[in-house]
Amino acid sequence: MIPAAFDYQRPTNLAEAARLLAAHADDAKILAGGHSLVPMMKLRLATPTLLIDIGRLSELSGIRAQNGTLIIGAGTTHYAAEASTLLQQRCPLLAETAAAIGDVQVRNRGTIGGSIAHADPAADWPAAILALGAQLKLIHAGGERLVNATDFFVDLLTTALESREILTEIHVPVNPPRSGGAYLKVSQPASGFALTGVAAQVTLGANNTVQNVAVGITGVSNTAYRASATEVALQGQAATADAVAQAAARATDGVEALADIHASAEYRLHLTRVYTRRALQRAIERAQA
Amino acid sequence: MNITVTVNGQTYAHDVEPRLLLVHYLRDRLSLTGTHVGCETSLCGACTVHMDGVAVKSCTILAVQADGAAITTVEGLAQGETLHPVQEGFWEEHGLQCGFCTPGMLMASVQLLERNPNPTDAEIRHALDGNLCRCTGYQHIVNAVQYAAQKMRQGAGAGAD
Repeated sequence: MIPAAFDYQRPTNLAEAARLLAAHADDAKILAGGHSLVPMMKLRLATPTLLIDIGRLSELSGIRAQNGTLIIGAGTTHYAAEASTLLQQRCPLLAETAAAIGDVQVRNRGTIGGSIAHADPAADWPAAILALGAQLKLIHAGGERLVNATDFFVDLLTTALESREILTEIHVPVNPPRSGGAYLKVSQPASGFALTGVAAQVTLGANNTVQNVAVGITGVSNTAYRASATEVALQGQAATADAVAQAAARATDGVEALADIHASAEYRLHLTRVYTRRALQRAIERAQA
Repeated sequence: MNITVTVNGQTYAHDVEPRLLLVHYLRDRLSLTGTHVGCETSLCGACTVHMDGVAVKSCTILAVQADGAAITTVEGLAQGETLHPVQEGFWEEHGLQCGFCTPGMLMASVQLLERNPNPTDAEIRHALDGNLCRCTGYQHIVNAVQYAAQKMRQGAGAGAD
């Protein structure tokens, strides 16, 4: 309930934050909204000796469109993403995913950058950014790099983010015409975490064929993943209910599912296949609209 | 570390450990015990306060993160002897039994009505997803929020401007 003792710094700009992190990379953690980190510290599952608070840095806020890419500041709260008319119009899957996170109080504080960097196996954002082919901008005191979301989630609570790096922006390509997306999840009723969460993004071509399809899934395994067997099965097919059902049945191919007090592995896998079918159906309906 | 926090309109300055949770700062340092600690896992919402205008779980925020912020707790809802319409609704519609979840329910409900003055029952339930109640079964809480929403739409009562 009470975290172990630690030091706290609130740098006034990103460069200062990066320098602090470079000096203390092994013992320090970045703090933004704190709604993944602080609960872990209260249970003493995480015991950093220094917290670097970047929660008020204006350099990390804001959502803008630039040359066909949506650039989302890592400090954007889930509520700000949910309420963003720019996201609602240009990439509704992102706004829908944000609205599904936790509860109102969590959405008022938690950030998209924090959620992705922490990579809880049941966090919602990872599924959406996988389905959207996003890129992540990571900075450190000496430079910066862009990493594909598909290369970012490595293992349980482990990402490509190095201990000296800060995630600053999420880059999402704007959807082409005749695209639709949907995020559907089964929430654990108390915590709001996903027992399964499926983000589906579809682009339709001529004659109602599936020109492009991507499915990101969270809540089921050690990390969020792309359901590539489902994607391969549906790519180039006519967007019929049968084709969707057959593709959705492949959503858990090769997946080792988590089992805990909330759901057995078998139940998670079953829910995932059902929700993949429903998310694809809804994404296709929205692409046709 | 020295922090300055404004709570219910009054400004306080204290030296706190970085690990002091906001809920413990409010309860133990400021003696504002209306905000409750109900769980250890950021689920129950009994600790809900407003921080710079948004409802937050004060058990999941460090007091040092609230440095310079304006906080409203349940003690700040009533104006003198006049209850906030949300408080009046919980009274009139029996929206509480043991009362432990109630301060958090009130603060979350005030946020809801600020953002959505005319909510449906489903929208109320969704907005209170972060607040757990073991006594009431939630129906009278929903009724209480509808009572408050109607009263506030009519422009009467404390805090309804």
